[in-house]
Amino acid sequence: MLEVNNLHVHLDTPAGLVKAVDGVSFRLEAGQTIGIVGESGSGKSVLAHSLTKLNPEPPATYPKGEILFEGENILTMDKKRLRNLRGKEIAMIFQDPMSSLNPVFRIGRQLMEAIQTHQKLPKKEARQKAIELLIDVGIPDPERRMQDYPHQFSGGMRQRVLIAIALAARPKLLIADEPTTALDVTIQAQIIELLKSIQKKYGTSIIMITHDLGVVANLADRILVMYAGKIVESGSTADIFYDTAMPYTWSLLRSIPRLDAGASERLLHIEGHPPNLIHPPKGCNFHPRCPFARDACLQTDPPLAERGTNHMAACILTKPEFDKEKRAVAERKGVLLS
Amino acid sequence: MLSYTIRRLLSVIPVMLVVSIIVFLLVHLTPGNPAFIILGEDASPEAIAQLEKQLGLNEPLYIQFFDWIKQVMTGDLGTSVYSAQPVTELIFGNFGPTISLMVLSLLFILVISIPLAILIVSLRKTILDPLFTNASLLGVSIPEFWLAILLVLVFGVTFPIFPVAGYMPLAEGFGPWIYHLLLPAFVLALVEIGIIARMLRDSMLDSVNQDYTKTARAKGVRERDVLMKHVFSNALIPTTTVLGATVAGLLGGTVIIETLFTIPGIGQLLIDSIHRRDYPVIQGVVLFIAAIYVLVNLIVDLLYAFLDPRIRYD
Repeated sequence: MLEVNNLHVHLDTPAGLVKAVDGVSFRLEAGQTIGIVGESGSGKSVLAHSLTKLNPEPPATYPKGEILFEGENILTMDKKRLRNLRGKEIAMIFQDPMSSLNPVFRIGRQLMEAIQTHQKLPKKEARQKAIELLIDVGIPDPERRMQDYPHQFSGGMRQRVLIAIALAARPKLLIADEPTTALDVTIQAQIIELLKSIQKKYGTSIIMITHDLGVVANLADRILVMYAGKIVESGSTADIFYDTAMPYTWSLLRSIPRLDAGASERLLHIEGHPPNLIHPPKGCNFHPRCPFARDACLQTDPPLAERGTNHMAACILTKPEFDKEKRAVAERKGVLLS
Repeated sequence: MLSYTIRRLLSVIPVMLVVSIIVFLLVHLTPGNPAFIILGEDASPEAIAQLEKQLGLNEPLYIQFFDWIKQVMTGDLGTSVYSAQPVTELIFGNFGPTISLMVLSLLFILVISIPLAILIVSLRKTILDPLFTNASLLGVSIPEFWLAILLVLVFGVTFPIFPVAGYMPLAEGFGPWIYHLLLPAFVLALVEIGIIARMLRDSMLDSVNQDYTKTARAKGVRERDVLMKHVFSNALIPTTTVLGATVAGLLGGTVIIETLFTIPGIGQLLIDSIHRRDYPVIQGVVLFIAAIYVLVNLIVDLLYAFLDPRIRYD
């Protein structure tokens, strides 16, 4: 359904050209859920916004690559077709529900706008549909809440409203850009459950952008790990969690607190910061922070290579080498091996 | 909302009291003596003392103040020492031209600056935006009186399209009324147009990349509607504050414009009274202007609640 081929997105900033997305390719089948995981600044949000060309231009430019949605290249679409695609075929929800709703319009108006943009409906029917959407996303007393303004809703409730807005035109693909980051943990779980139930009910494909592997663990079929604008590992959720093939992914997993860890086990924190994308490091982007880096990593930037069925990783270490290194680091730092 | 309005109206009383003290002191501490001015240079000291006594000017200042404020409380602003007409009568007689000038000016400001700001924002990626930013700075920097004289020269003398001075009341017909007012109202508006358009542009640009506009674009809303509905309605909130100050500023501007165009309004009444040291009229006019100022601010505050649902006063 969605096919991204060798996508490059550049941001032309006063400080220099940022290669925010640097040659990303992936496919998404209908009904599938993909998780895109990475730290802040890894380019995952720019990638997500690219899928409906929502990055502000300038500074964003799309020098290379294509995004095919049902065979049509989104990057070369005219404005009208693009507007038709947004919301109707591909909908998006964003990170901060507190600021993503217009503070001066009633919820009902914002919902009805989403409905009426793509469907010529009389006001009364649009209103009825809006109420149904609110019921769908679990907002109590929807008829009265239609009259309320965003500030009268809690963060979790606002994210539900935003999901209702996203679902208004029954999109085939829902892109969720860190939808739970700004919410309390209990609310996070509710939102994840809601997304799952929506997927089950309508068969919507979902692309879930997050920095939290825990969020995608029980939601995604496949996971893409992004680092410095590139995909460094991709595979089924099981592959990523249990057959990790890239040191960055492994470090990320070791940095999540776990309940089954003993009191003596420690969390691994990834030293340093994500690289400056204006002047990326020579060789592998991750080598300055990689616990397993060797001389060769300074010279070559390893391409994504097959590690199993539909499992790719970008690392020069072979599986036996990687396993050996993992054991050594796990022992030395006192972190869990797997 | 109603109780807020009442509370705000009550709070006007102490403000006006302070204003009246300041006005009174300013007027009475300025050099010059009305008795001297009324009687002329040749008047004998006895005649001046006689008139001072008659006007109550020989009393201590605080007594004079309390006498005046007692009158004001009853709605009587006193009588002019120059023309012997009641001050309230003078104010209302001169208010027509001033309010006409202000309303027309405000109309110019709104009708020009709002579309201008929207146009600039929709063309923000072109050369037009920096061009406008500099032009508005220029507009703000131009002194009103200089611009007025220049426009009178161009449109009144070189190309005699508009009258260079004078005023026709609305009662004489809409045509003559607006014909005499267009030029002065435009001059009065010009500086404020720069300020308001700039403010609206800045607020709109601030709103253009907010998350809620991203949500609107992600819905598939066309860019024009994103700007006109989502961006504009948010940008209007900070602009209203400035607009309130602008209306008040217009009142000050009319003093200059009325003098230049010889329009018999409040401003000219004030200037004439200052020349004549006509204390009661000066005090009355300044107090009246202050009251309008306070009233405009109250209206702006009430407008807020209407524009921004997050603000509720009760």
